[in-house]
Amino acid sequence: MTKRTAPSRSTALDSPYGLTAGVAEESGAGSADQLSTAPADDNGAPAFGVISWLRWFWRQLTSMRIALILLFLLALASVPGSLLPQRGTDPAKVDQYKSNNETFGPVAEALGLFNVYSSIWFSAIYLLLFISLIGCILPRSWQFIGQLRARPPAAPRRLQRLPAYATWRTDAEPEQVREAARVLLKQQHYRVHTHDEAVACEKGYLREAGNLVFHVALIVMLVAFATGQLWRSEGGKLVVEGDGFSNTRTQYDDFKSGTLFDPDSLPPFGFTLNEFEGTYERTGPQKGTPRTFEARVSYWEGADGAPRRTTITVNNPLEVSGSKVYLLGHGYAPIVTVRDGKGDIAFQGPVPFLPKDSNVTSAGVIKVPSYRDRNGKESDLGFQGLFVPTFAGTGSGSMFSQFPALDYPVMALTAYRGDLGLDSGLPQSVYQLNSKNMKQFTNPDGGKFRQMIRPGETLTLPDGAGSLTFDGIKEWATFQVSSKPGNGTVLVGAVAALLGLSASLFIQRRRIWVRATPDTDGSTVVELGGLGRNEWPRLPEELAGLATALRPQAPPRPMPPQDTNHPADADTAEGARA
Amino acid sequence: MNIAAAANEDMAYISNVLIYSAMAVYTLAFAAHSAEWVLGSRSKVGRTAAALTHHSSTAPAPAATMTKRKSSGTTVLEHTEVITRQPAPGSRDFPDGPGAAAGSRKGELYGRIALSLTVLAFLIHLGGVVARTWSVQRAPWANMYEFSTTFSMVAVSAYLLFLARGKNVRWIGLPLVTTVLLDLGLAVSVLYTESDQLVPALHSYWLWIHVSCAIISGAMFYLGALATVLYLFRDRYESKLTDPQGKQPGALAASVLERLPAAASLDRFAYRVNAVIFPLWTFTIIAGAIWAEAAWGRYWGWDPKETWSFITWVAYACYLHARATAGWKGRKAAYLALIGFACFIFNYYGVNMFINGLHSYAGV
Ligand code: HEM
Repeated sequence: MTKRTAPSRSTALDSPYGLTAGVAEESGAGSADQLSTAPADDNGAPAFGVISWLRWFWRQLTSMRIALILLFLLALASVPGSLLPQRGTDPAKVDQYKSNNETFGPVAEALGLFNVYSSIWFSAIYLLLFISLIGCILPRSWQFIGQLRARPPAAPRRLQRLPAYATWRTDAEPEQVREAARVLLKQQHYRVHTHDEAVACEKGYLREAGNLVFHVALIVMLVAFATGQLWRSEGGKLVVEGDGFSNTRTQYDDFKSGTLFDPDSLPPFGFTLNEFEGTYERTGPQKGTPRTFEARVSYWEGADGAPRRTTITVNNPLEVSGSKVYLLGHGYAPIVTVRDGKGDIAFQGPVPFLPKDSNVTSAGVIKVPSYRDRNGKESDLGFQGLFVPTFAGTGSGSMFSQFPALDYPVMALTAYRGDLGLDSGLPQSVYQLNSKNMKQFTNPDGGKFRQMIRPGETLTLPDGAGSLTFDGIKEWATFQVSSKPGNGTVLVGAVAALLGLSASLFIQRRRIWVRATPDTDGSTVVELGGLGRNEWPRLPEELAGLATALRPQAPPRPMPPQDTNHPADADTAEGARA
Repeated sequence: MNIAAAANEDMAYISNVLIYSAMAVYTLAFAAHSAEWVLGSRSKVGRTAAALTHHSSTAPAPAATMTKRKSSGTTVLEHTEVITRQPAPGSRDFPDGPGAAAGSRKGELYGRIALSLTVLAFLIHLGGVVARTWSVQRAPWANMYEFSTTFSMVAVSAYLLFLARGKNVRWIGLPLVTTVLLDLGLAVSVLYTESDQLVPALHSYWLWIHVSCAIISGAMFYLGALATVLYLFRDRYESKLTDPQGKQPGALAASVLERLPAAASLDRFAYRVNAVIFPLWTFTIIAGAIWAEAAWGRYWGWDPKETWSFITWVAYACYLHARATAGWKGRKAAYLALIGFACFIFNYYGVNMFINGLHSYAGV
């Protein structure tokens, strides 16, 4: 209890608590540890020998100073990830950045600057920090438990040297006053212990508990986050109105999962996109800005669950079987019918086009394998198209959309004949046309064949090669289906961290002593002294409140002026001695 | 255009007029504050106070200041006197300066005028924000213009609340009004965005929760940073005074700094503000993560905005640690607090303007 490491300033004092809370706080590792379990800083150099060196290293790692430096490094190390494109979020941008910066690109790649948050150095910093944290929490927890079991310490000899002090004389007996104080303090939820002539009490242990809870919660959050990363699964799927999706690996357009995720364990559920609706700002400077996106779906759970209807919007994912289905994007899919040279239908259905700008100017391809021309000759047909929901750009040579809604939809197509390369066995994007082995249709004048059509219209290929009818338009939406175990734990950790932190910052740990001693004239001198862990402005108010509450049990009697032990005098006297 | 939309446009117009009027009144408050400082510099009391604060270096152990407080017990015959000692951290023991007017009658008059004008400007400012809210029919912080106007309004309201609760914070007046003017000027000139509806990604009650907490945290961090900067100046000034052999502060610096509260008081104020608001900032980030989980399918994705919130948070955690670490208190901790606030500001202006992330704002 009287461990004294505080330097010179407190040596002149008779109290083991330091002169004041301020001094106690300042000496950090010294007297402050009476009311805190903050680790001591150890700057001593290591002695020889592996064990002592290791011990030194461990002590360094778990010191506040190193925790401080590691925290600072963590903040610093996070910076480049926000300034450079990251592979995890935007791989295309990384490639673009690298081709734009040929000298710096490879260097950044080698340093892991495109993968900051999974790089070795970033991980090293936070792992060290968390080792330091564990090494810090464990001893502090034992110490705290010790403090909880210990009694509030005996009163310092001179209570008037404490940050807050009050005194008066009474005719009540000392035992009576002490007993009254004990009862009063108990009522106020102090931990009370009566040492011979003084009652000692302490309150605010929750501060330290909160601090420990906060730091433990940080570890819980990190572990839960890591778990989530290892077992997560995340897939994207584009669904055209009227179509469905069922949650199996093969149905996804793209699928990512954590190292420990088992793709066979995808829960069985599915949904049908009944309708997608987007509305947009019609007027003003924000014209064209999306206002609402709604995907109306019917979903089912389990192998043969009954379908239920719901609406998925941007901020309201569908939660089903432990997974969440998010609405990510949308676009248009022109419905076309392609007829071959004989007039038979070779292809029919909606073809999703991908948006290229915020007004949903979209590009897409229509692939028609195994089609026969007028003479029955078999080949592949391919169309490359541009679709705009609201046509603009007449006369400018290029075609673009001026509004994202379907106000004046137009599609422009060029056509190719030959081999699409679908049989080659190589995977192929449905949004790109491999025209290497194809020949573009030309007009009789030799120019490239290109035509704009509106819904309901039909485009006829040259040489009676067939036709394409623009039947209508459906909308499509992209969904992300993700499941991340551990999310709940992270949330619990975050809430615990917040509560712990608040307790740690708002609750004040403080000690109060009430001393009642008989004086020579038969009266009793009552003294109250208070000490706070931090400088706490309301300590005097609290002391005054206690003194007032104690008055009825220890009614003051008028003090003769010469008896007033004026603290200022005492102070000057002592100041001179010091 | 329907009637409601027309009404909204009127409200947007009223809001703009109110914001411009608030700027005009803030400008008057700025002038009155300046007058208070100028008149105070000529005050005799000011100079006497300066002489008083100048300790001779031969003084032995510093004496703790003592105050007596009366408890407000009503059932007792006599009040309890509680004697308190306010320890001065460090070896110095300077009392708080007398304030801008430094006892000058005229200075005090201008000080009161400045305060009244600030209150008036605040009310107009508040009206502007309320009208904007009305006109957009949603939380008034969906773009940088709205964020800026609300941000400075909250900072002023925090200052006025401190004053109303009897805190010694008049020294905030001049720097606060100055920066509020800069902030509003920037908002109406560079960041202005027509009143409008939200993009779907911002449609959520989390907008109310997350962004309002961010604004309150930012405004309080701002007051903390102001106190920290003044602390650094005043601390340098005090350390010069305690070393009579060393370089002494210049006349102008001394005239301004001697009227500020003691370095210890400024430091304590900064710490309290930062420490009290840190949990709210923590909550802001948690709320943002919950919203991101709902909107984008992941609660944390190292989006630039998220990253800079995290950096800000870690910087302030660093600051709180530094305050509890021997050898890191005082100036070093103060620099950490300023770094934390710089990160907050960068997260707001820098990230919005220079870095593209998912946190799209309508307009700028
Ligand atoms: C993961 C990184 C960490 C974060 C984000 C963090 C955050 C915080 C925060 C915000 C506080 C302020 C609460 C208060 O003042 O009571 C605090 C206090 C504290 N932290 Fe940490 N901390 C981290 C790691 C550590 C480590 C590694 C140690 C041990 C070396 C440590 C020891 C302490 C101590 C002793 C306090 C109490 C200071 C006091 O008594 O005022 N922390 N921490």
